[in-house]
Formats: sequence, C-alpha cells, structure tokens
Amino acid sequence: MEKNTKTACEACAHFNPEGLKKLGIKTDKIDFVIALAGNPNTGKSTVFNALTGLRQHTGNWPGKTVRRAEGAYEYNQQKYKMVDLPGTYSLLSTSEDEEVARNFILFGKPTVTVIVVDASRLERNLNLVLQILEITNKAVLCLNLMDEAERNEIKIDTRILAKDLGIPVVPTSARSQKGIPELIKTISELANNKIQCKPHKIKNIPKNIEKAVQEISTALKKEFPTITNSRWIAIRMLEGDTQIIEALKTGEIVA
Amino acid sequence: MKTKKIDEIIALSKELRWQIGDELHDNLAEGIYADASKIVEGAVTKGNNKSKFRIDAKIDKIVTSRIWGFPIMLFILGVVLWLTIIGANYPSSMLAEILLDTFHPVLKNLGANMGLPWWLNGFLFDGVYLAVAWVIAVMLPPMAIFFPLFTLLEDFGYLPRVAFNMDTLFKKSGAHGKQALTMSMGFGCNAAGVVATRIIDSPRERLIAIITNNFSLCNGRWPTQILLATIFIGAVVPQTYSSIASLSAVIGIAVLGIFFMFFFSWALTKTVLKGEVSTFNLELPPYRPPVFWKTVYTSLIDRTLIVLWRAIVFAAPAGAVIWLISNLYIGNESIAAWTVHSLDGFGFLLGLNGVVLLAYIVAIPANEIVIPTILMLTVMVTGIPGGEGVGVMFELDSITATADILKAGGWTLLTAVNVMLFSLLHNPCSTTIYTIYKETNSVKWTVVASILPVIAGFIITFLVAQVWRIFM
Repeated sequence: MEKNTKTACEACAHFNPEGLKKLGIKTDKIDFVIALAGNPNTGKSTVFNALTGLRQHTGNWPGKTVRRAEGAYEYNQQKYKMVDLPGTYSLLSTSEDEEVARNFILFGKPTVTVIVVDASRLERNLNLVLQILEITNKAVLCLNLMDEAERNEIKIDTRILAKDLGIPVVPTSARSQKGIPELIKTISELANNKIQCKPHKIKNIPKNIEKAVQEISTALKKEFPTITNSRWIAIRMLEGDTQIIEALKTGEIVA
Repeated sequence: MKTKKIDEIIALSKELRWQIGDELHDNLAEGIYADASKIVEGAVTKGNNKSKFRIDAKIDKIVTSRIWGFPIMLFILGVVLWLTIIGANYPSSMLAEILLDTFHPVLKNLGANMGLPWWLNGFLFDGVYLAVAWVIAVMLPPMAIFFPLFTLLEDFGYLPRVAFNMDTLFKKSGAHGKQALTMSMGFGCNAAGVVATRIIDSPRERLIAIITNNFSLCNGRWPTQILLATIFIGAVVPQTYSSIASLSAVIGIAVLGIFFMFFFSWALTKTVLKGEVSTFNLELPPYRPPVFWKTVYTSLIDRTLIVLWRAIVFAAPAGAVIWLISNLYIGNESIAAWTVHSLDGFGFLLGLNGVVLLAYIVAIPANEIVIPTILMLTVMVTGIPGGEGVGVMFELDSITATADILKAGGWTLLTAVNVMLFSLLHNPCSTTIYTIYKETNSVKWTVVASILPVIAGFIITFLVAQVWRIFM
C-alpha cells in the first residue's frame, strides 16, 4: 500500500530508525507528552497517524477532529505520548474545540508542542503560532503540506523562519511521510533539552497595553518564580478570562 | 498569605482592564497580524504561478453555483448510491451463501452432535449466529463501498462546498450552517453525526443539530430502503425502468429526510430553541487529490469495521431476544404472536401492521436487523411455509422469495411506502440515543431527540395511509 522507500534522513545513522517504535494507543508509562496543535485542515491528524501508526480518521474539511485523540510512539527507548488537539484558528475565543486546545496547552503542560501549519497559507496560520509561542517555551513548527506549497511555487526559507520564530522548523509532507523522521528527531532533541528555544513574543502591541501586561506579568513572576508564561496569563487576565483567574486561585496554573 | 497576594494581582488586572477598555482584543489581534506579515515577508517568496488557485476557483464556481450546486449534489449522491446498490449485490449474496446456507446447517448439526439441548442449539445458532451472520452479509458489502466513496469525497474537499451550498437554507431555518457537515456525517452514522456537532459553537444551534441528525438516513437504514424500493416500487413500472424507479425512490426518501431536518430545525427555533443565528467563517480548503488506496484502506478499517462490529454486538442479543419471544409461550400463543396481534390495530391505522411495529421495537439496538425480523415474524404469524422454523431470523436468497413472503403477510404498495417512511422517521438506535445523552448531558433533550421522530413518523404514515385509502 505505502511504499516504504527510505528517505536520505531515514537511512542516516543519526536518525536511528531502529530506535522508532509506533505504539498506537498504548499510552502508559510515558516519558514525554507531546501536543499537536494547529489550524483546522492543515493535516494534524495525518501527522498524528504518521507518528503513532494509528489511523485517526482524516478528511479535507475544517473541524474534523472534535475531541482529543491520544497515541504514542517510542524513540530511542523513550516513550512519547501524542495528543492530537482540535484545529483552531486562534486561542482567544470561547468555542468548545478552542477551549480544549487552549486548556491542554496551558494546563496539560505538554513537554513539547508541535504546531502544524499549512506551508502555502503560512501568514494566516502564524496567528495561532504566535499565540502558542506566548504560552509555551518548547515548540517546533511542522511546516506541513510542503508538496502543495511547492506545486504553488511558494518557497520558504526555513532557516530565516526558524530564526524569526525562535523555534526549530521542520518542513514535512505528512501524507507521503516526508519529513516525519526529521520531525521525530527534532521533538526528541527538544524534549531532552538538546535544543533551546527563544520563542518570538508578540511585539506590535500599543504601549499602554504592553505596559499593563508588563505590570501584571512582573507581579505574577514575583509571586510564582517558576512561571514561564506570565505574559500570556497577564493578557488573559486583562481579557477577563474567568477560567484563568480560577486556575490562579487554585494554583493549578503553576502546579 | 499567598491567596491574598493572588487576589491583589487579580484586583490589579481588573483595574488595568478598565483603563485599557475593550480595545485589547483588537489591538492584540492587530499586533499578531503585523508580526506575522513581517515574518512572512522575510521568509516566504511566492512564484507567479496562480494556475492551481484558478483551477480551484473554477471548480468552486461550478459546484457552488446557484444553478448547478444542488443538481450536482444530488447527482453525486445518486452516483454514490447507485454504485453502492449495484456493487453490493454480488458480494452480499456470496456472503449469504457462505454464512447462512453453508455454515448455518453445519453449526446446527455440530450442536446436535455435541448433545446440546434443542433450546440451547436453537438459541445459539438460530438466534445469535443467524442475526450476526445476516448483519455481516447484508451490511458489510454496502458499507465497504459507501464509506470509502464518501471518504474519497471528503478527502477531495467536497464536504465544505456542500455546507456552503446549503448555508442559506440553514440560515432560513434558524440553524447553523455547519449543520450541513454534521448532517452529512449522519448519512454514514447518526452517532458519529451527533459527536461531530461539537464543531458548532452555540449551544442552541448545537442542540438543533443533535436533535435533527436522526433525519439523515443512516447506514443501517439504507439496506431497508433499497430492498423495499426494489421489491415494491421497482415492480410498479416496466422492467426497463425498475432500477431507475427504485433508485429515485431511495433518493426521494433521503431528500425527504433533509426536508424534515430543515422543517424541525425551523420548528425548534420558532418554539423551544429561539435565538439568533450565529455567524461563522467556513474555509473552503483547496481541492486535494485523495491518496486513493490509502483512503480506501483506512476508511475500511476505521469506519466500516467499527460500524460493523457495533452492529454485530447489538445484533447478537437482538437475535437471541427474537428467538426467545417466538419460543416462549403464554397460554397458546408465543409472546411474539401475542404482541403482533395486539399491535395490529394500531399498525393498520398507520398503514403498517403489528409485525412491523414489533420489529421496530426489537430492532432498537440496530436498524440493520429490521428486515430479517419482519420476515421472521411474518412467517410465524401467517404460518406460511418458508424460512427455517419458529423464531429463526433469516434472509431469503432471492428478492422474489422475500416479496412472496411479505405479500403473503398482507403487504401492499402502501405498506412498503409506509415502512420506508417509518424507517426514515422513527427513534434513533440505542447507540445514538446514548451518544446524545453523553453529548447533551440532559435527559430532557435526549427524550425529545428520541421521541420527536417517532411522533413525526406516526403522523406522516397515518396521513399517507388515510389519503391512500381514500383515493386508491
């Protein structure tokens, strides 16, 4: 059915394909939790299937994944649990699918967040990417549907993109398994702290808002020295997000 | 101490929120977009080739056009159904031959040789085994054709266009445009359709989508429609046109289901679920050539086998129940016969009969077993020869033999039409009911969603029967 021609990377000694085991739904005794986020219809579920060996249903329409799907794989003796989140355009509104995604990235504390984007619609997709980068420090951009972008003669300089976003960028065509080995390797390097991220923080915010965000953020950091996403929490508090305020009170947010 | 500090921070945020006002959201969004466009400027170069986009736009212009949109939708539905009906015939009869004609007697002999008492032998092999075998023989082939075809359309990107076409209709009925997507899922399986309603943000519109999903003719009901249309509708026209006639009848029922879905969505928004229609963005994704074999393979594994497994799980106990009620006697009559006779009067009012009504009660767990239950009960009540014995659920090999039994049971064209209607308009199967409860968390709405279609079914079949009897 699928031709298992080895890509250059798969054949390379550094990737170590023997170290990869697709574990399907066996998600017990895991070492790392990996969240899979992204806009609707960018191929998240296809990436999920390619990594876990599961056959989560895929389809070409936005909003297909409505519940969290979980699967696992093992790479170099470490077990990774993958969580496929519902596709969302943003993390700022209130529908049920968006809440599932937002809460998981914030409260589920994934070790690494894989952000899947449609390479041919990068600008629109970056909206969500930049929001996620406010929440988490460990992320990798999976530049999916590269085959389609190439057909549309869109060229992306992944090095510049990685530098601007401050996270690793891996081009993939998940439908034909291209780039998946590289993605697995990058996830492993992030999880084991072999790569450090310096995620892009939203810049073009009016001064008065930036000042308010800073003020709350500083107060939060003073109170909870371990907190990493104080800016995002500050933004959400300014939006009046009751869930965040509740989580602050219970201490769930820093736990 | 700690909580006090946190309260202070919360108070601070409240104060600052007042100072900033409601511009925060917009300003933040603008900031993000400005950053995004700067990043893209640096990293992305676009070729001048716009041809792919143009092709997509051209296809969209046709499939979402005011004139062609709906005919193309009906045409595609027709082709998918036609392929399913025609294609499923041969593997179906082959499976029936192997599982029912060959294996069943072997198993019964084996049971007898092993010294099983007659009731256990009958219970296991005439009840449980036959029900399971029948579901496999009748359901597997059409599903193995219907689901992959549907998935290919889905992968290609056609579903959002359907939603786009139907959006105005949904808006007029006061429902959410994304209901078109959940409705389409319902044509495969209502339980899946109900889960899919999570893509609808507003609770009011989501409830409407859940309650009306049952009007999408699900996979368990297609075979019933196809069989009855072939026997009774196909027979009233000359032979050359019979397959066209039966195909149109089945499509007609499906379209009627869509009509009822709109009608009840509208009725609900005008009564208990009043409210504004919410707006939403629907992305029309680019058309993508499906990865053919992979899609076929995964849809077989994911959808076909999962739905089939579910059917088997429910068919087995239902088969057992059928066998039991036909073989347990109260006085001179079996429980089944007694129930059929007491339901006959009500059935007559609806242009149905007691057998059909009892079959629909027994078949609540799975719509797929309605027809074999009807056949079995008919043979038992009329006492005509045929089939395999008391309480043995079976499917006759030839369609003519099935027709003979039904006609001997007093079936007319009216009965067939009304059973087709009732198959569209009756309670959801137990899995769907359970799913509705899980999704709504409300006994009240679960009851509404379960009862509403049955009442509609009673009313419609009653009206059809009365009008029919006056004019025919």
